[in-house]
Amino acid sequence: MLSTALAIAFGLVTAALALTLWRLLRGPDEPDRILALDTLYVNSIALLVLLGIHLSSELYFEAAILIAMMGFVGTVALCKYLLRGDIIE
Amino acid sequence: MLDITLSVLILIGALFTFIGSLGLARMPDFYTRLHGPTKATTLGVGSLLIASMIHFSSQGEGISFHEVLVTLFLFITAPVSAHLLSKAALHLRVKSLAAPPHEVEEADSGEGQ
Amino acid sequence: MKRWLLPHPILTPTLALIWVLLVNSLSPGAIILGLLLGWAIPLFTLRFWPAEVRVRKPLTLLRFVVVLLYDIVVANVAVAWLILRGPKHTTPAFVVVPLSLTTDIGISILANTISLTPGTVSSWLSPDRRRLIVQGLDVKDPDALVETIKRRYEAPLLEVFEPC
Repeated sequence: MLSTALAIAFGLVTAALALTLWRLLRGPDEPDRILALDTLYVNSIALLVLLGIHLSSELYFEAAILIAMMGFVGTVALCKYLLRGDIIE
Repeated sequence: MLDITLSVLILIGALFTFIGSLGLARMPDFYTRLHGPTKATTLGVGSLLIASMIHFSSQGEGISFHEVLVTLFLFITAPVSAHLLSKAALHLRVKSLAAPPHEVEEADSGEGQ
Repeated sequence: MKRWLLPHPILTPTLALIWVLLVNSLSPGAIILGLLLGWAIPLFTLRFWPAEVRVRKPLTLLRFVVVLLYDIVVANVAVAWLILRGPKHTTPAFVVVPLSLTTDIGISILANTISLTPGTVSSWLSPDRRRLIVQGLDVKDPDALVETIKRRYEAPLLEVFEPC
């Protein structure tokens, strides 16, 4: 039961990653690409959590927390760059 | 019983994550695309994290609750990045289906130059 | 003297809670170390905190959080449905919400709330902080949306954070 659900979930999240990647490559504007990157990191957190359940390993959480923090900082820095043309003022 | 709850939570989470990215891929303009990922993924990842919390708590090594931290962090940061992205798009005058209010452009041309 | 003993009454338990979550254990050692960090970090970063946050009615805040969590779930289902039905059925629009809130924390919580709930994202705050521009995914009636935001989210925040 659980392994079937996990298999379906892996498929769905991978499809989500592929869709996000498509938007990242296609654009058409800079905010679209940043939004795609933002979604990409949230989706990869989902994938890591699923892997953690699948392999019964808590180690994946440290990675998930790190990605959550770094991804947010990255998104903010990129938006700041678009807004001001500079990251550190 | 536990297995069924876990499976349902995992499926709901994965489904919402997928729908969020689907919205990103198929919506017509930037502002409508913004809604899919910021909303659907918070609940998607949220319910996956609840599933993982239940899973690790049932392993017998005491309850596991550090997933709450990731959930909290995502719920706090998702609206902030959505707001910044939207602001950046208004600043760059990204093509939009709905006309943005005039005062944005007026204030924007005065500021930052 | 009092500031030295307890520099930031809200930040201390929050930091302690985050520490306990991070080490994933409820042992007394973890709690004490968390409280110690929660006391020391605000002490050293005191200069960076512009103003002290004062929560006036904790119960109203609690009810607000419960309403918010319910709305997030409803919002997710609604947005998911809109995405599945396709772009032809949506009517995106910008609406301007006049703000009654004046404090920084009030405005930022309201903006975050709007971004988390039904098909709306807060996009832009006017430089004089009187109007918030909100982008909606499916706005049938802009005035009703503004009215809902003001009644459902801004009114409790006004009670909690505004001095009167």
